[in-house]
Parts: sequence; structure tokens; C-alpha cells
Amino acid sequence: MDIQVRVWRQSGPTDTGRMVSYDVKDISPDASFLEMLDVLNEKLILDGDDPIAFDHDCREGICGACSMVIDGTAHGPEKATTTCQLHMRHFKQGDTIDVEPWRAAAFPVIKDLVVDRTAFDQIIQAGGYITAPTGAAPEAHATPVPKADADLAFEAATCIGCGACVAACPNGSAMLFTAAKVAHLGLMPQGQPERDTRVIDMLQAQDDAGFGGCTNMGECSQVCPKGIPLTLIGRLNSDYRKAVRKQL
Amino acid sequence: MAVTGLLLVGFLYVHMIGNLKIFFGEETFDHYAHWLRSIGTPLLPEAWYLYIQRGVLTVAVVGHIVAATILARRARLARPVKYAHRPKVQGSYAARTMRWGGVIVLLFVIYHILDLTTLTLNPHGVHGEVYRNVAEDFAPGRWYVTLFYTLSIVAVGLHLRHGLFSAARTLGQQSPRSAVVVRAAALVLSVTLVVGYLSVPFAVLVGLVD
Repeated sequence: MDIQVRVWRQSGPTDTGRMVSYDVKDISPDASFLEMLDVLNEKLILDGDDPIAFDHDCREGICGACSMVIDGTAHGPEKATTTCQLHMRHFKQGDTIDVEPWRAAAFPVIKDLVVDRTAFDQIIQAGGYITAPTGAAPEAHATPVPKADADLAFEAATCIGCGACVAACPNGSAMLFTAAKVAHLGLMPQGQPERDTRVIDMLQAQDDAGFGGCTNMGECSQVCPKGIPLTLIGRLNSDYRKAVRKQL
Repeated sequence: MAVTGLLLVGFLYVHMIGNLKIFFGEETFDHYAHWLRSIGTPLLPEAWYLYIQRGVLTVAVVGHIVAATILARRARLARPVKYAHRPKVQGSYAARTMRWGGVIVLLFVIYHILDLTTLTLNPHGVHGEVYRNVAEDFAPGRWYVTLFYTLSIVAVGLHLRHGLFSAARTLGQQSPRSAVVVRAAALVLSVTLVVGYLSVPFAVLVGLVD
């Protein structure tokens, strides 16, 4: 299939950047979106042009590296799918596809479609840990965990930290990411000692990084490749309220 | 946002129930209006309760606007470069129009106070003759007032449809099952409010109240 892509080109952090059109011919409908960009890049290299920089790693939907807004939707039109798992058969012959990086002050563009997601690391550093004794691993069944809690914690823990929630949020908020991290540790018995400080510190780190505030629009959950439920934000708010009250 | 908003919604409901007393006739409605001034007496001097309530509501409105402004400002700073291609947000129309809808509601509240509290812009404008003030205000010849009132009330309804759900979420609503209940309740409460408020001008328009 033949398509046209309009890609955000930005040579470096200080460049202003612009959308540039490229024709891509003879792409297999079974190619992934990233493979389509690989083909385009090979052509650009052969032509002596600068290839399009984009993040990618596992290409099997679990690492959270790929990060592009396709036709205005983070990770493209398919629900619960990362860009690397998006295939060209979901587009039509002759389509013009717009490809942009995550747009957020907290995620500055490094080059083209690559953004710096250090802000997420800072949120994790602020509270994404538990206190665990060193030494031999304890017997796994010594700490009972209710099935419902284990399931919800696992669901929250499937967050791959790609940042699509921030890219989609009309407020540029990282609330779904932070909520997932707070929930997946806070639901577990091992996460209880830091439960209060975790939610306060992680929210503070999120605000400090320059993310916007949450207004419960729900865009984040719609684009999340792992389908992290929006209800976790309510859980974060509840944890935050209780933690602040205990500090009074 | 949530706390000040819920305070204002509580007032809107009490205000709506009071408005509906217009259907019991001129004497009952005017009597109700006079009673409002006597709430809290003899513990408080005449009309003091009313001024205390106005003070609390003003604080809530200002707090609501300040919080909304901070959120809007943070949102603008959080995305300095806009998307070249951005389809409509998938959230509801109500959620998308919270900010400008809020501005419309604020302008309406200012007009509404000048119209029916201070009576500055009221065509009848006699303190104490509440029934007549309302009836003359929404007279068929002043259709533009009714139109603006209707649009504003619908804006309030939309604002609440997302606002009530959002407030519950902000205060910690988190189970998927109760989310369904909260969303449904937000819709029912918003529609009830819109119907309750609009019944008055439309009753004047069709001659049920005159």
C-alpha cells in the first residue's frame, strides 16, 4: 500500500520543529507502524537525508518505549495497543497519516519523535518503592493477599510507563500514571509502610515536573495501551485525602 | 473544585425548590420570599442569615474560580507546543465545555443578581413583589431574556453533569460499580435541575404564571 506520512521533524531540543511530508510506497499491510518508519528511514538514509528519530525497544508491546501520536491519538487508532503493535492494515491506501511526539512541557523533545521521559523516573523515585528486609527471600505464602487486591494491583502494575496518558490528557496531567503506581504498591501488604508518604511525595514530584492537574476527562484511560482503569485516579485521591488528614 | 462546587450545587437545589413555590400563587411565593429574610430570627437580626449565606456562597464561587484558573493555567503551561492534528477529545461534550461553560454561568449569575436580587435590570423592580418581578421579567415580549436564561440554565446543567461525577472522583470514588451509579446520578440530578429551573420562565411564557 502507498501512503503519505506527515512527521514532526525537530533536529534538537532548541529547534522549533515542523511537520514534513513523506511518500511511503509498497508497504505491506502486515508491517507494523514502526516497520513502516524503518522502511522510510532506509530510504531517507539512501537519499542522504537524516533518518527520523523515534523511540522503540521490545517491539512486542511491553516495554513502553514507543511513543508517538498518530493522527492525534497516542499510539494510534487501535484500542489498548502500543505503536509497535499497530499494523498498517488499520490504515487505507492513500491515507495521509500525521505523526507527532508526545506533547508536554515535562516531556521535552530531544529529536524528532523522541521525548525525554525523565519526569516519570522522578515520580517513581519520589515514592515508587517499598521497604523490604534484605537477606533470604521470605516464604511466598507467609503474607496473605486477598485475590481481589492482587488482581487490581496486577492490573495497575501492567502500566508500562509509556506516557500516552500525558500525551492524550487535555491538561497534560500524569495522573493516571501516578495513580497506577500508587495503587499497585498501595494495594499490597508490602506497600503499606510507605502508603501515606508515597501518595503525597509522588503527587508532589508530578506537580514539580510541570505536569497539569487532573479534571477527570478520561482521555488517559481511552488511549492507555494497557487499559489502566480511570477508577484508580479515585483511589489515588482517596489515599491522598487520608494521608493529608493523618498529617494534620 | 469539588468541595466548593458541591456547596454551590446544594444551594442550587434549595433555590430551585424555592422557585417552584411560584406555582402556588402570588401570595404564597411572596410570603416565601419574605420568610427567607426572617430565617434565623430572633437569634439573628432580620436578613442576617441571608447575608451570611451570600457571604459563604461568594467565598465558594471565588474559591471555585481560583481553583479553575489555577488548573487552566497549569494545563496551558503543561503543553506549550500544541498538536498539529488533534481530533475532538473523546470525553463528553459536558466535560469539554467545563471552562467556557463556567464563564457563561458566571456572566449569567452576575446578570441574574442585577435582575432579580438588586432589581436594577428588572422591568417591574419592586422589592417584596417577587411574583410580579418574575412574571414581568419573563413576559413574552422579553423573549430574549427567557432565551438567555434558558441557555444559561442548560450551561449549568452541562457543567453539573461532568462536575458532579468529577467531584465524586476527586473525593475518592473508585469502584467501577459505583462509578456507574455516580454517572447516572449526575445525569438525573442535572436534568432535574434544568427542568426545575426552566419550568418557571416557560410557565410565564405560556401563561400559567402571570
